[in-house]
Amino acid sequence: MPNLFRKSANNMVKITFLLGGLGLASVLLVGANVTPYTHRLGVALDQPAPFSHKHHVKELGISCYYCHDGVEKGPIAGVPVTETCYTCHSQIWTNSPLLQVVRDSYEKNIPIEWTRVNDVPDFVYFDHSIHIAKGVSCYTCHGDMDEQNLSFKENAFEMRWCLNCHRNPDDWVRPDDKILDTDYQDGDKSHAELGAELVKKRGIRKEQLDNCSVCHR
Amino acid sequence: MPEELKEQAKCLSLDELRKKLKSEGKGWRGLEELAETEGFQELLNREFPRQAAPWTGGVNRRTFLKFMGASVALAGLAACRPQRIDKIVPYVKVPENVVPGLPVYYATSLTLGGYALGSVIESHDGRPTKIEGNEKHPATLGSSSAMHQAMILDLYDPDRSKGVLNAGRPAAMDTFYKVARAAVAEGGVRILTETVTSPTLGALLEEFLGKSPGAKWHQFEPINRDNEIKAAEAVFGAPLQPVYNFANADVIVSLDSDFLCEGPGAIRYARQFSDGRRVRRDSMHMNRMYAVVVAPNNTSAAADSRLRAKGSEVEQIALAIAGGIGAGGAGANLAGEATKFIDAVVADLNEHRGRCVVVAGAHASPATHAAAFAINQALGSVGATVNYIDAVEVRAESQAESLAALIADIEEGVVSSVFIFGGNPVYTASGGSRFGDALAKVPFTVRLGMYDDETSDGRSWHIPMAHELEAWGDARSFDGTASIIQPLIEPLYDGISAIELLDGLLGRRREGYDIVRSQWQRGGLSGEFEAAWKLALNDGVIEGSASAAKSPAASMSAVVGLAKRPLGGTEVNFRPDPTLYDGRFANNGWMQECPRPVTRVVWDNVIHISPAMAETLGWNPVRTMWFHPDSEPVYGNEGRHGGEAGVPIYQIEVDGMKVEGPVWVTPGHADGCVTVTFGGGRRRGGEILKDVGFDANAIRSSNEVWTVGGAKLTDTGKSLIVASTQLHHTMDDRELVQTSTLEAFEHDPEHVTAHPHGPQEEMSMYPERKWDGNKWGMSIDNSVCIGCNACVVACQSENNIPVVGKDDVLRGREMHWIRIDRYFHGPSLDDPETLQMPVPCMQCEQAPCEVVCPVAATVHGVEGLNDMVYNRCVGTRYCANNCPYKVRRFNFYHYADNYRNNMPSPEDAPVLKLLNNPDVTVRGRGVMEKCTYCVQRINEARKTAKKQNRAVEDGEIVTACQAACPTQAIMFGNMNDPEAKVTKLKAEPHDYSLLPELNTRPRTTYLVRITNPSPALAGPAEAGEAH
Repeated sequence: MPNLFRKSANNMVKITFLLGGLGLASVLLVGANVTPYTHRLGVALDQPAPFSHKHHVKELGISCYYCHDGVEKGPIAGVPVTETCYTCHSQIWTNSPLLQVVRDSYEKNIPIEWTRVNDVPDFVYFDHSIHIAKGVSCYTCHGDMDEQNLSFKENAFEMRWCLNCHRNPDDWVRPDDKILDTDYQDGDKSHAELGAELVKKRGIRKEQLDNCSVCHR
Repeated sequence: MPEELKEQAKCLSLDELRKKLKSEGKGWRGLEELAETEGFQELLNREFPRQAAPWTGGVNRRTFLKFMGASVALAGLAACRPQRIDKIVPYVKVPENVVPGLPVYYATSLTLGGYALGSVIESHDGRPTKIEGNEKHPATLGSSSAMHQAMILDLYDPDRSKGVLNAGRPAAMDTFYKVARAAVAEGGVRILTETVTSPTLGALLEEFLGKSPGAKWHQFEPINRDNEIKAAEAVFGAPLQPVYNFANADVIVSLDSDFLCEGPGAIRYARQFSDGRRVRRDSMHMNRMYAVVVAPNNTSAAADSRLRAKGSEVEQIALAIAGGIGAGGAGANLAGEATKFIDAVVADLNEHRGRCVVVAGAHASPATHAAAFAINQALGSVGATVNYIDAVEVRAESQAESLAALIADIEEGVVSSVFIFGGNPVYTASGGSRFGDALAKVPFTVRLGMYDDETSDGRSWHIPMAHELEAWGDARSFDGTASIIQPLIEPLYDGISAIELLDGLLGRRREGYDIVRSQWQRGGLSGEFEAAWKLALNDGVIEGSASAAKSPAASMSAVVGLAKRPLGGTEVNFRPDPTLYDGRFANNGWMQECPRPVTRVVWDNVIHISPAMAETLGWNPVRTMWFHPDSEPVYGNEGRHGGEAGVPIYQIEVDGMKVEGPVWVTPGHADGCVTVTFGGGRRRGGEILKDVGFDANAIRSSNEVWTVGGAKLTDTGKSLIVASTQLHHTMDDRELVQTSTLEAFEHDPEHVTAHPHGPQEEMSMYPERKWDGNKWGMSIDNSVCIGCNACVVACQSENNIPVVGKDDVLRGREMHWIRIDRYFHGPSLDDPETLQMPVPCMQCEQAPCEVVCPVAATVHGVEGLNDMVYNRCVGTRYCANNCPYKVRRFNFYHYADNYRNNMPSPEDAPVLKLLNNPDVTVRGRGVMEKCTYCVQRINEARKTAKKQNRAVEDGEIVTACQAACPTQAIMFGNMNDPEAKVTKLKAEPHDYSLLPELNTRPRTTYLVRITNPSPALAGPAEAGEAH
């Protein structure tokens, strides 16, 4: 039987092993997907208009719900439609060059393309409304948005991170009036008693919270 | 002769099988099982018989290293990059009622055969994704049918025509109107439409005909009311239309009718029929259906007593029944079996005067229809079980004659232009009418169509037509109720509707909205217009628009006058295809892959014959189920073909016209005749329809012919592998579908099933769990399941289930999450009882699939759902291997993007991505999937309830299959709620579970199929189990 491969094929095998070794190393080091780098944690992303949460939330005191108006109704909190921005910015900062994008969008009826900061994979069916309804604060997941100028991601939204709360909701749920409280300490055992009471009152079924089909389907 | 051939040649003959069946009297899935062919055993024992043949070539070190090296090299490359950055694009101004991520629902109507099917469409971000029935609409009552469900796929079909064509070249609409108006002005105009019930289109046609002297309007659809109209004109003197009310009927006689699945009122009729059959411990009333049947269909399968008859005999039987009742019929020379059946029918009808109804099939002869009218009249059924209304169509006429008149005019040379609105008459018209040839003689022809198909080929102009979800319109339903058709999406391919085109020809070119609105402004809505219009759009139905019932006087003497002379020789029956209809669904992958009732054949249409007919033709059907003896054995290189048959191709010759098609042995079919269905052999108009089936129109001499005699069948020596899912996913031989009779149930309801509710208390090696809170369960009532496939296609639509193509169906890889199993039962091989049973995932409390998953991708939730986590699945397929119910499906390829058979083409058809339900993951290659009880709907309802701090109410969650089921055979709910409907059904004495001895404790259970056969016709007691 003639040789199936030429002699140079031996080199190919060596190269393959070398690359394979490197690949294996990268699986171990990076592929585990745990670095802040792969999640872009703390990296402020460019936006078409340099919107500052710190200014609007902390300094002006606008409620999260004013702009993210889907958050109580449905799965997607929603980035505000141009019209929402324009409610105020047709009156103030009407000539600011930073807001040209907003004025253009409104006048020409072309949507603004914002850069997504927080994302979960497509196989996760996250619903904002149920979390808000059961007493999970915006800040619990999104971090101190009221301190951010250009927005960045504070938490990586890995499953084990979600399960922190899904397995111990007592430590995390807040009373209704504290949902938008920036100073409230989450994940603290000191709330456990109040939390347990809230979990019971709100009908949160703890044993169900880590069922797969709650988030994946 | 190859070795396998010899082996197969040893199998039992048909007579031996008959004897065997008579002595054993058991249920069976197909001739293969009875004969215990090796292939059947293989299907039983192996999940996917045609694959995973062990590697016999041996592996040497070199090939091993080659493969290993490649996989290691590719392993780590995907991970080292940051997450992708996406855009978020909000609205500029948000439309009313839109919450991002939540669907919006609109009421509208879709039409089939011109008649409205009230629908509620689910729309995500402006994309219609799912069709449901409209509860307020009389034709659907919130339910649906397989074809109704599949219409959404047509909307996104990448093969739809995408622009105006002038002699095959792209052209502009403005040019068209200029040329077309000139052509209209010239005179000699003909308009050809399908059945028109739309008041707006009717008014525009009337206006057009008034303004264009010499213009004529013709209607043609192959499946029409021609024979019914003829009979009504003879009996009543007017083309009245019957509207049945099966809810009031205790005795129903079907004269070769498929009223449960065919015709504009089928969904409602199925509901009414099944409402009379829900036998419970405390309500044991049940209607009884007699069916005269040529080719078995869902209605004959649901019937309590059947009589097989040739197409031409149906008329004689109808007349004999009429004679027996005293409704002007005549006795006929019929076989003893038929006489016995007729006597039983006549006696039962007489006993239930005013509470009975006789229904003739759309394709039955005029005399059969007339006999049915006369019988109903004589028995006092009019007003109780049947009402007559003025024809719903804008113009009721014999469409066959209408088309013939058009052809005659063309031949005479008085036609200078033809405008064809929709339909596909060049394909659907009978071969004998030679409509295509006639059309080619007309100098100026225009076609408005969704596809550049047979009819558009060779036309002067082709205009893309809008789908009904893209355009404004209106239509009436089977009882005359009008509804407005409102679009949910802008036309994807610049299509326009028939009313817009006609309005343009009239020189106005108004928007569809304005045309429809102005029509209804002229009348038809009651009260203040604006409010009534909004209400009509909101409800999807115009209140009080149903036609008034009439009480016509019938002329009984007309019946016999219509009778035809009996046919001679072998008969050929023409029927609409149960999935492809008249061919309009031939490019719809869902319908092509939807197993046809009774035969479970997918993709190709076949020539149906009875087992005895096969014998007459000179071959043993049992053997040829596997391969044709005179041709190459169909064993491929991959080993034994599983479940599909290489069947002989026969040529049918009638009146000098010929067609070739694969022959399928269908137990229950009448002897001495064959049945062919429309829809196959399409030549143009898409990728899916290519090389599928044969064109039955080719041997139809005229459009009036539904049964023709004197056919010659000759073996061509060729064979074709036909895909049938019948033997796929076969469960082992234990009491799977159980049957009993009403008599037995009345006598002792507690013992119609051997193991009511299954053995619940047995010891188990699984840890015992407590199920509090919601405990989801499903109950399926086999007594009312008619096997219509609505659940199968609804599930496909809801859960993004892909189409795999004929080749992969042959490998047993079809992806339907809910399948309908068919069993034959009874001592007769030639005329067995047909049982159908939907099988979704059983959601076993002690699920065998879960323990074998190495990565915990399928695990139990606290509500009892057997969760399937796609993103965790690595595709070992152990779970499917361990599932006794065979309900798990595996993505052998990336089917989600391989829409076209064997054509991986995501880039080719990105439009299909719009179709997907965003609430359900689109599964990739190598992932196992299965029914989840529509967990997305459960989660949505649970969240809504939780936000309001309350429990989920009974009926709040409706699974896709349950919603679509026209007979409401499927019930879903919380088994811990004692008041829930599902709990009550499961407490019925005839509740049982599949394979109870395995102690899997399925959450899906069944009610024993209870029938009500005529005591006069019932043979020895048949109560018991079919397995």
